[in-house]
Amino acid sequence: MFIETPLVQKKKRTEAAAKIVFMLMTILMILPLLLILAYLLYKAFPILSLDFFITNPKNGMRAGGIWAPFLGTMYLVVISLLISAPIGVLAAVYLNEYAGDNWFTRIINLAVVNLAGVPSIVHALFGLGAFVLFAGMGRSILAASLTLAIMTLPVIIASTKESLAAVPRAFREACWNVGATRWQTIRHIVLPNSISGILTGVILQVSRTAGETAPVMFTGVVFFKKISEGDIFAYNLFDQCMALSMHLFTISTQVPDVPKALPYGTAVVLLGTVLLVNALSITLRVYLRARKKW
Amino acid sequence: MSETQKYSLETNRLNLWYGNFQALINVSLKIKHGIITGLIGPSGCGKSTLLRCFNRVNERYGNVTTTGEIKILDKNIYDPDVSLTELRKAVGMVFQRPNPLPISVYENIVFGMRVHSERKALKKSQLDEIVEKSLQEVFLWKDLKDKLHTKAISLQLEQQQKLCIARLLPLKPEVILMDEPCSALDAEATRGIEELMFSLAGRYTIVIVTHNMAQARRVSNECIFMLLGELMEHSPTVDMFLTPTNPKTAEYIEGRYG
Repeated sequence: MFIETPLVQKKKRTEAAAKIVFMLMTILMILPLLLILAYLLYKAFPILSLDFFITNPKNGMRAGGIWAPFLGTMYLVVISLLISAPIGVLAAVYLNEYAGDNWFTRIINLAVVNLAGVPSIVHALFGLGAFVLFAGMGRSILAASLTLAIMTLPVIIASTKESLAAVPRAFREACWNVGATRWQTIRHIVLPNSISGILTGVILQVSRTAGETAPVMFTGVVFFKKISEGDIFAYNLFDQCMALSMHLFTISTQVPDVPKALPYGTAVVLLGTVLLVNALSITLRVYLRARKKW
Repeated sequence: MSETQKYSLETNRLNLWYGNFQALINVSLKIKHGIITGLIGPSGCGKSTLLRCFNRVNERYGNVTTTGEIKILDKNIYDPDVSLTELRKAVGMVFQRPNPLPISVYENIVFGMRVHSERKALKKSQLDEIVEKSLQEVFLWKDLKDKLHTKAISLQLEQQQKLCIARLLPLKPEVILMDEPCSALDAEATRGIEELMFSLAGRYTIVIVTHNMAQARRVSNECIFMLLGELMEHSPTVDMFLTPTNPKTAEYIEGRYG
């Protein structure tokens, strides 16, 4: 009675093996990430300092810091999100809360999903054609930000729609049945309960915009530009700018005899910015989550 | 209540289609003011659909076509000048699963007032009074008067369902629609809700959809039996359960099908 049969023993061995395989895969996935991070930090360590942040690249980019590209990336990220976040969120609200289910909205939804998968170089060409040439903005921060905004828009729409759809229908029914309008339902119930998801979706786009090279190098980012150090208003909307992603590409592949620490330092700053923003978004999400419960 | 307003709710040859499927066929009925009417019938017979017609919330669920008339207080609610938000103020609904909003007890009760008033028009003292009165009407004041600012979602199910009823009261509805309001509740809670219904009847007209024959018999003054989208029988509950006129009604009540 209740003795391990050979079959049970075999199942136990399989069970143990499966667990080990899955665990190994997880470790295999995390390990390279940690190694990259550690390696970058180790290589960049000699150069990381406040000075590195607030001085421009010097001597044909063989010395100095990353002020111009760092500030450029900040401009691009902030301006592009200021454009894409409101449009994307409001469009998603329309699609999820107002628009009915018909062939037209189905096409729009399909288009949104597919646009989210368009390679960034295609967005770059579109930006070059539409903003730089056709709209006559020239290669500028504005044109580059608009291009990035177009690129992030479908993803923001998709993630916002998902957050909205996660709000239980019962809440909407409750609102309709006391005679609340759609807007009142959205304003008082739907948005407060989906805002954490919406914000997370938007903030995650920061890392994408900060890391992209292709869309910005056709539309407004240059190899080198000197700006006044430590002045956060050094660029204006119609200037060309430098960007971290492009700068990293330049000093790692285009310029000979760059001290090794320089590209590593740049990479650490790029990565650090992204991690910082992601950490912020997670904190915000946890904070907003704690306030809602159902 | 004057003689002309004896009926809260009348329908006249009401037909309804979901796409191509006809869910209601020529339904004509009159529901008296202040009584409890039970809507019974097997699943898919159109009782919930009919209920959702009474405040036109059906139209939020997609491809619906309706013909015929529904009169609430002698006004056809399909007239073009009818405001849906004003209509739903007068005809509220309670659902199968209690669905309090994810805000405080207090805010749940004043939610209806807020959506129907200018932002500045509501005074705190006035709202406090409304909350107390509404909670007293649903027998929750004693239990909840110290918990007005807790989340409504954290209440027990029975309290949640009573709160959902209380949420309708500040709007002074003519009709309260209940779509199987007790099916998620245990026997004790069901009794609580039923007692509440008795106390609300008279002031409000209540229409309740239920699958539970015993409940229909216990709580309703009149009963409507529906089958495959048609109204088969509408009579005082006592008569329907003792001497049904339609053989289909008799068979359903006896549990031969359903």
